[in-house]
Amino acid sequence: MITLQNLTAGYNGKPVIQNISLNFVPGEVLVLLGPNGCGKSTLLKAALGLLPPMSGEVFYGDTEIRRLKPREIAQKAAFLTQSRNTPSITAQKMVLHGRFPYLSYPRHYSSKDHAIVRQAMEVTGCLPYENVNVSNLSGGERQSVYLAMALAQNTGTVFMDEPTTYLDIHRQLQLMQTARTLSQLGKAVVLVLHDLPMALGAADRVAVLGNGCLQCCDTPENVFGSGILDTVFSVEVHRADTPHGPQYYCTPKKEENECRTFLCSSIWKDKI
Amino acid sequence: MHTWPKFSTRRNKQLFWLLLCLLTPIVAILSLCIGSVPLTPEQIFAVLTGQDTTSAAAKILLYTRLPRTCAALLAGSALAVSGAVIQTVLYNPLASPGVIGVNSSAGLAVALVCAVSPFAQQWTPFVAFFGGLLGVLMVLGLSERTGASKMTVVLAGIAVSNLFSAGIDAVVTLVPDALNGVSDFRIGGLSGVTMSQLAPAAVMIFVSLVLILSMSEQINILSLGSDTAQSLGLPVRSVRLILLTLAAALSGAAVSFAGLLGFVGLIVPHIMRQFAGEESFPLLLSSILGGAFFVTLCDLLARVLFAPYELPVGIVLSFAGAPFFLWLLFRQRGGRT
Repeated sequence: MITLQNLTAGYNGKPVIQNISLNFVPGEVLVLLGPNGCGKSTLLKAALGLLPPMSGEVFYGDTEIRRLKPREIAQKAAFLTQSRNTPSITAQKMVLHGRFPYLSYPRHYSSKDHAIVRQAMEVTGCLPYENVNVSNLSGGERQSVYLAMALAQNTGTVFMDEPTTYLDIHRQLQLMQTARTLSQLGKAVVLVLHDLPMALGAADRVAVLGNGCLQCCDTPENVFGSGILDTVFSVEVHRADTPHGPQYYCTPKKEENECRTFLCSSIWKDKI
Repeated sequence: MHTWPKFSTRRNKQLFWLLLCLLTPIVAILSLCIGSVPLTPEQIFAVLTGQDTTSAAAKILLYTRLPRTCAALLAGSALAVSGAVIQTVLYNPLASPGVIGVNSSAGLAVALVCAVSPFAQQWTPFVAFFGGLLGVLMVLGLSERTGASKMTVVLAGIAVSNLFSAGIDAVVTLVPDALNGVSDFRIGGLSGVTMSQLAPAAVMIFVSLVLILSMSEQINILSLGSDTAQSLGLPVRSVRLILLTLAAALSGAAVSFAGLLGFVGLIVPHIMRQFAGEESFPLLLSSILGGAFFVTLCDLLARVLFAPYELPVGIVLSFAGAPFFLWLLFRQRGGRT
């Protein structure tokens, strides 16, 4: 289990996240929510050792992260990054890179590596284009290849930073199903999402970040009930009971909506 | 984000490798044969196998043509691989040892040493290596600290390059004889290269190439971007530093005997990417062969185009390289990102 203890991290000496304590429990889907720039990606990077903590600790089990080599961290936690390069190589070769943390000299991938890669590609649905160049794939197809690469790492924890970007709704739901399956296999799955209804529907626990601090971390029902989402995002979150279980949806805050309508009409009424 | 040119078809790829493997030795043999005194392949064979060591042909071959051809092959390979590595490490297709100032910083180091101690020429490859390393670290530090955009890194590299070029000019103005031992230094040229001058540089190039090829899987991972590479367990900072040190060693070694050869490190990796793809091992291997072929061919052209006059090879390389660089800039501007 990965544990953050009073973690403060940031860039150029300026903290972006402050004093955050959180743990990523095996068998659980945890969704990180928060407005743009609140430090969600920074938190993931600090948890992965990509960003050194300014204070506080990150523990992988009982071991402090600073005692682990990058290779050891990569065998325990995979990361689907938000932005990345797209090299001109086939999808299969790309996913094979997920086995890099396990490579030893003479750096040849084994048949076991190839089998794991194939399995990961099957799970994410990118097996049909295993021989297609990644740069020729659509954004959504590329995303599934990157996801397969993260899964091929075969780690206990999987961090995904905005994994639904570029995905159509079918693939988004597929990805949520994959996250659920991974958690059922005993992995800790950590997702950064912007889609509140989807996050509340998919998570076992929701952590809400605001102003660089952890505002709340609880079950979706309790987070919804606390009203913290309304405050942090300046929206109204509603819940409707449906035959498929509780569904959440968002509307703009009434007074803010009226204010915006007034502003727009006063600016453009003469020009329309 | 720049997307590299797409893979060619499998048949084109096979043809490309066949041509590269055939044309490189052919152009090297032509380079040995063609000159003011033509030599036949039989004469060359006799000299190289030790059957003829005293004739005029043997002297021409051993003291002029062979060092020059070896120099062209080595400089081409070294600069092309250095360019391929620098482009990958800086995630910048416009970077190369010439553009970001590695060559000129190596050149300034050579000029300074030659000015201070004219008899220290055997040390020039090592001095050039440290000079090149200084240049490459300056640009790396800038790109890491400021998070500068790709274009800013290139512009900063050009500024660094000009700074060191001004330094070379200052040294040559103050000590006019400083670079007498290194022919056509400012433009890049291979005339007058001797085997003794070439030997330490050749060792440095060979060792660097072997080390870089052995790191091809790390280069593949690095090309995915810093965060992804590090999350895959690659110690990004140290791998980047090692690769740039090796790239500086390659450029420095080439600059020490060939001067400031431009464009090889830029255009050869780009052309090779079109045919060999982006996987680092075939890319590096094709850059070794392609760079060797390109510089040897340009040197041959420099010798025969206006015979009996001879152009420095740097001029021919620039005539070929400058239009390509402009095409690349325009293509990027209009291209998909």
